Amino acid sequence: MSAPPARRTAAAAIVDERTSSAPALRKALRYLFPDHWSFLLGEIALYAFITLILTGIYLALFFHPSLAKTVYHGPYAPLRGAQVSEAYKSVIEISFSQKAGLLIRQTHHWAADVFVVAIVVHLMRVFFTGAFRKPRELIWLIGLILLFTSLLEGYLGYSLVDDLLSGMGLAIGYSVLLSVPIIGGPLGLLLFGAPFPGKDLFESRMYIAHVFLLPALLATLIGVHLALVAARHHTQFRRDRRHTERKLVGVPLFPGQAPRSLALMLVVAAALLLLGGLVQINPVWQWGPYEPWLASNGAQPDWYLGWLIGALRLMPSFDVVIGHYTLVPNPFWGGAGFPLFVLLVLAVFPWVERRLTGDRLAHNLLDRPRDAPTRTAFGVAFLGWVFLIFVFGAADRVYVLWGISYETLLNVFRVAIWVLPLGAFFLVRRLCRELQASERIELERERAEAEAAQVEAELQAQARPVV
Amino acid sequence: MSIWRWLAGAAVLLIGRILRRRRVSREDAGKSPRETSADRTQERRNVPEWAPARGTELVVAVLLLLGGLFAAGFVVVYAEFSAAKLPNELLGACIALSVAFIALALALFAHRLVPTEELEEDYPQEHPEEQREVAEIVASAGSRITRRRLLLGTGSIAGGALGLATLAPVLSLGPLWYTAPLFRTPWRRGTRLVDESGRPLSAAVIQEGSYYTAFPERGDRENIGAPLVVVRVEPSQLRLPAGRAAWAPLGILAYSKICTHAGCAVALYRKPTFRVVEPEPALVCPCHYSTFNPATGGSVIFGPAGRPLPQLPLMIDAAGNLRAAGNFSGPVGPSWWGVRLGRAR
Amino acid sequence: MSRRRLIPLATALAALVGAALTLAQPQSGIVRPTTEPPRESVKLGAELYAGNCASCHGIAGSGILRPRPGAGNVIGAGPPLKGVGAAAADLYLRTGFMPLPDIHAQPELRRVLLSDKEIRSLVAFVASLAPGPAIPRPDPAAGSLASGFSLFTEHCAGCHQAVAQGGFVTGARVPPLHGLTAVQIAEAVRIGPYLMPRFSAAQISDAQLNSIVDYVLSTNRPDNPGGWAIGNIGPISEGILAWLTGIMLAIACIGLGRRLKR
Repeated sequence: MSAPPARRTAAAAIVDERTSSAPALRKALRYLFPDHWSFLLGEIALYAFITLILTGIYLALFFHPSLAKTVYHGPYAPLRGAQVSEAYKSVIEISFSQKAGLLIRQTHHWAADVFVVAIVVHLMRVFFTGAFRKPRELIWLIGLILLFTSLLEGYLGYSLVDDLLSGMGLAIGYSVLLSVPIIGGPLGLLLFGAPFPGKDLFESRMYIAHVFLLPALLATLIGVHLALVAARHHTQFRRDRRHTERKLVGVPLFPGQAPRSLALMLVVAAALLLLGGLVQINPVWQWGPYEPWLASNGAQPDWYLGWLIGALRLMPSFDVVIGHYTLVPNPFWGGAGFPLFVLLVLAVFPWVERRLTGDRLAHNLLDRPRDAPTRTAFGVAFLGWVFLIFVFGAADRVYVLWGISYETLLNVFRVAIWVLPLGAFFLVRRLCRELQASERIELERERAEAEAAQVEAELQAQARPVV
Repeated sequence: MSIWRWLAGAAVLLIGRILRRRRVSREDAGKSPRETSADRTQERRNVPEWAPARGTELVVAVLLLLGGLFAAGFVVVYAEFSAAKLPNELLGACIALSVAFIALALALFAHRLVPTEELEEDYPQEHPEEQREVAEIVASAGSRITRRRLLLGTGSIAGGALGLATLAPVLSLGPLWYTAPLFRTPWRRGTRLVDESGRPLSAAVIQEGSYYTAFPERGDRENIGAPLVVVRVEPSQLRLPAGRAAWAPLGILAYSKICTHAGCAVALYRKPTFRVVEPEPALVCPCHYSTFNPATGGSVIFGPAGRPLPQLPLMIDAAGNLRAAGNFSGPVGPSWWGVRLGRAR
Repeated sequence: MSRRRLIPLATALAALVGAALTLAQPQSGIVRPTTEPPRESVKLGAELYAGNCASCHGIAGSGILRPRPGAGNVIGAGPPLKGVGAAAADLYLRTGFMPLPDIHAQPELRRVLLSDKEIRSLVAFVASLAPGPAIPRPDPAAGSLASGFSLFTEHCAGCHQAVAQGGFVTGARVPPLHGLTAVQIAEAVRIGPYLMPRFSAAQISDAQLNSIVDYVLSTNRPDNPGGWAIGNIGPISEGILAWLTGIMLAIACIGLGRRLKR
């Protein structure tokens, strides 16, 4: 039974008198969300981000961002007496000597991995339904910046620990900086403070970037991203005749959508906590502390940077040299050129599509993937190209598990990453067109049948004398 | 008053409340939804009234209670075990289940206990009037200015200069156009090689078929110019580049341990047991599998590295220990613009 | 039953019987004397050597340095075994590295087809060819886990991975070290089988070897307080699981997004 309205009105009055927010609140409460589950995918990323913030605050209170050398004397036997950095030691202590420390640390790391998964899945939804078209190009660009910023944020996060695995990754990051044409040397020295491993201060720089600068940037961009979505309202699928470019049909935020979104937030949190409790991630005590002269086989970055290691490994051996000037050192192609190229292609896509299709109208209705065969085919081919490069990054493990030699895989993939996406482009485009054609045929058939039925009915009516 | 009187009074009030509620709902049950709402309020409803689902309400309540139970379980497990014995799985399962039950309760709440309306609304329209007004306001505000280009030009100069000035302190993060540190290594002619524990590396100890990590006796080990990988090759197998004939006494070779591709430690060495069917000795980097041939001066035989591994010339001193006979054949570590412009120093 | 159904049925049955017979045959690939003496002996070793090893390793372990067809038209080539000692023979035989089916194949951990007596005999025979290193007797209990971890990271992890999960070096697969005995680990370190470097006592002392063996044995049960270790190989399996979680969350979206039927 609902409470008498008087009490509720009084509460609203108290708030509105001081904030003048009642009109905004009124509009916000009845903001419409379209009736399709795919709009919740972006929310998964948002809730993973919130989990990251909450678990991150806890970790930041116990982490010691210093590379000063110390000796570990804790419960983990293989490290006892080992000389490690303060940063590494504080993470081992969080994992072994602090109640719930390991749970929160693992939840944080799983949240980071799932955060980027959600962004990528959301990006694919937005791309394949054409939601990036006018008037939402700015939202698309902000989303891309969010994606690439979160890659950097995650990389810095796990590199703070100063373990062997992430230390090797930092060396690679340094080499990619150095490989930037002309300015790479000074750029690397500027950020690291000195040749690798850089000044001890570099740890502190990563820390500030990871716990303050980048989260602030991410939070701001997420805020702008959501505000722009709300300002232009969500796009929608054309489910029936009511859904048009002008009219949005959907479920209001309150009371329909809010509990659903809250439930999703808790589901995401529950999933991440479950992973954090039950599945081990980044066991830094098994890798050991980092020293520049140590390395381990099977070193991989976190999954969202796997496309870069694949590209770095696929490249043939050459530096672009002009005279004695090394214009483009080898790691540039796989480590910087490749991701920047992907970012560029995705960023300009809305405008390229506008140019190529001549469609300059604003769109609030979404395409089904089959409604835009060329876009869908291009998306599949382009993402397929990135995906194949990503898969090659694990080729050494494939060799260990299934015996297909690394050298064979290398030669096969060097060809496959070009041939397969090209084939996929034509295949998918054909598939989309076939699906569209079959729908048209279906529609024609129904119309013909309806006509035939009508004619039949008229004949029947004529045959019977009118009473 | 005695406690019994208090209890009796409370019981009467409670029973009276329950009876009254039953009476009200019995009255409502006979009426249509519209009549009940008309009874309660004369105002317009924004959210339509939907029939209640009392069974679901109980289920939601139970789920919420379970959620609370598991959350309490989390606190109990947290308090009960010491840090060393705390089972991560139990802790994680408790809190995850608690959140999951509350999530389930919310989902049921959303599906069954609140109305899910489907409303229509216009998309926000263009605002050509306001766009024009904005443009007009800006234009007319600027109509007083006569030297527009002068002000814009000087404004950009001021803004640009101020921006650069704000960024200037960033340049102190590290050396800027000064890339000399990239060439520096701690090795000098005569620097003695030591192993991980600081003992001098004797030439007699270096055997074929294995590889050794060495450091300069003095200097920062963490500098990437410091670590070496030392191997021994049958002198007749050596095919070193010109001018390096004396760099490998007794076939003992020293190379920088830092890969010239992306800076990982070249910590793999393969040595053939049976050269007839097995590949030649090679130093391999585990990051992207750049493979270097020690017998030919560290040249790249597989993988993406663009530069051979820098070689350190060796000499054997009077005590039989290995010493550097100079600096590396090239700068150590990953390549940059000027890597072929200078020598390691 | 009709003739049409009978023929395929009979063929399938014949194939099954054939397969069973093939599998039921005594271990192929080992040539052994019809009657073996009850105890190991150098003589038995010599006989087994002649039947299984000489085609690649030559008469009396002198080696065959140029691949040439031997008995049964198998192309044979192999390093000399004179002076490799009991340690090498013991390692290669007990791990199943040898016999090798093809001279270009990589020796891998395989099911051992020889009996313990046969292995001892062969080891005694190889040791008798010329003086060589004896089978080491490591004492992992005397080693320190902490020092073993640091030594393993320094000398071994580059190929074998930080927790001995194996990996890749150009031209070969590096095996994981799980399931090996202390003796086998010590032998491998001293001998350097196949492409592995060999570490002498001057480089890794016996005490250090004890610690390394202690650590490698501990990697059979690594410390996984975080829960299910998903293979202990790092971010590849973590990424796979993150994607599975993401997909399941997307499915949850489908469930949450479903409206009531009107």
